[in-house]
Amino acid sequence: MRFMILAKRNFQEVWLDPLSIGLVIGLPVGLLLMFQPIGKLNPFFATTNLAPGLAVYAFTMLTFSSGMILARDRESALLSRLLNAPLRANDFISAYSLPYIPVAIIQIALVFGVGRLLGLEISGNAGLVFLIIFVMSIGYIGLGMILGSLLTSKQVPLVWTAVNILTIFGGAWVPLEALGGAFQSAMKALPFAHTIDAARAVMVHGVGFSDIAVDLYWVIGYTLVFFTVGTFLFRRRMVE
Amino acid sequence: MTESTKGNRFAIQTFSLSRKFGDLVAVDGIDLSIEEGELFSVLGPNGAGKTTTIKMLCCLLRPSSGTATIMGHDIQKDPIAAKQVMDVSPQETAIAEHLNAWQNLSLMGGIYGLAKEEVRKRSEELLEMMGLTKRAKDRVRKYSGGMKRRLSIVMALVSDPQVLFLDEPTLGLDPQSRRSIWERIAELKGKKTIILTTHYLEEADALADRVAIIDEGKIVALGTPPELKDSISDMQVMVVKAKNLPIDVIEGLREKYPEVKEVEDGIEIKAKEFSFDEVVDYLRLKGVVIESTYRKQITLDDVFLHLTGKELRE
Repeated sequence: MRFMILAKRNFQEVWLDPLSIGLVIGLPVGLLLMFQPIGKLNPFFATTNLAPGLAVYAFTMLTFSSGMILARDRESALLSRLLNAPLRANDFISAYSLPYIPVAIIQIALVFGVGRLLGLEISGNAGLVFLIIFVMSIGYIGLGMILGSLLTSKQVPLVWTAVNILTIFGGAWVPLEALGGAFQSAMKALPFAHTIDAARAVMVHGVGFSDIAVDLYWVIGYTLVFFTVGTFLFRRRMVE
Repeated sequence: MTESTKGNRFAIQTFSLSRKFGDLVAVDGIDLSIEEGELFSVLGPNGAGKTTTIKMLCCLLRPSSGTATIMGHDIQKDPIAAKQVMDVSPQETAIAEHLNAWQNLSLMGGIYGLAKEEVRKRSEELLEMMGLTKRAKDRVRKYSGGMKRRLSIVMALVSDPQVLFLDEPTLGLDPQSRRSIWERIAELKGKKTIILTTHYLEEADALADRVAIIDEGKIVALGTPPELKDSISDMQVMVVKAKNLPIDVIEGLREKYPEVKEVEDGIEIKAKEFSFDEVVDYLRLKGVVIESTYRKQITLDDVFLHLTGKELRE
């Protein structure tokens, strides 16, 4: 379990960087509070409807943190020092991905916890909401591994901005229907809108598993692709 | 292997170690044996193959052919065992900037499988040795360049490796910090097998038991610093300090003496035989105002230039 030592350090990197903690925790909760008065005027921004989108939006910060930490470690040669240690490929992949899972759980708990204080209600199965959102969080961590393995710490924020925009327009806090046409179709080809729509359907309309199964498969499929590609690219970095 | 080495067992052995990148042969069949406790320096101009060699020994790059052993562990067949007995201090200050020195050392000790108490004890000793104890609780992003470099070396030592790779440990540091790190490295001599790559020839001269000069992927010279200097002991080096030295005058000298190097405020001429008077007369005839001339001791710089035809710091 030597990888846990490195995983602990990566976990610490998120919590010791004020910018990182502000983005990971502060931003989604801040947005939830900011949209609360608007929610009284427009049902799209009502806390129950908005919370799944903001939880998914919060995961873009996981992509940012995981991508930046990996890119910085590559640039500073810390990664090559670590690669020289007697750890196996799976140890490294675990150490650069697992620490973000508790961060994702904390994000989900905070968004839904603060949401609850603001009147959030879940009509359907809360476990189903957690499942689909949680699977998506792993996809975002995989995306971070892809960015961190391929890009420099200056390039990561640029590509992350694109991920961020796609998540926002995937329905996180912009109604997807308002975009319409080809853009809406394009967003439906990505996993973000599927996650948000499915979680909303369970929370607001109380639908069951069979109604969101297709969405869940989309999310699982994309998560597997992101994670597999991220793992492949990371392994390629290990021994040239 | 020269007769001058005196250990009992090889810490590192390479067997026709080679690496190609496409058609480029970066390392060309290197055979090398480094004994336990030796401080072995690898020198070479940029692109000579020294970094590629070190990366292969550190199991970060696969050899195209040949192999090597670290304390008897084959780097290809059993890289994890090889990694367990070595550590590396990379050229860049490879540290976790958001953590403090203790946390950085705890990280490195932990991934090498050391118990917490052992890491704490070793960290205490090493931080003291490198003069970092007072700042050990500060986040390392606040450290000076020299402190970061010292911590980087400590991080490579905390696992108590039998083989230590130091890649340019003093690059870019001020002379005082450099000398401080030299003293620390000197303290490790004989206790660890150390492979030192450096651009500072005086560093290799002062610290190394043996030096290998690599050029175009091959070892072109191997021996102790005095042995290497003796290998060109039949050469003489004359230094002429003069302010007005036009290029055509220098070119004129090069026609007669192939190794004429421009140095600060003058030139250095290296040759097996020459007359001081002849050089001085030639320069005066060309109107050069000579400030001083003297004969210089042969250094590793001269050996390097003689063997590779290149300056190390290009």
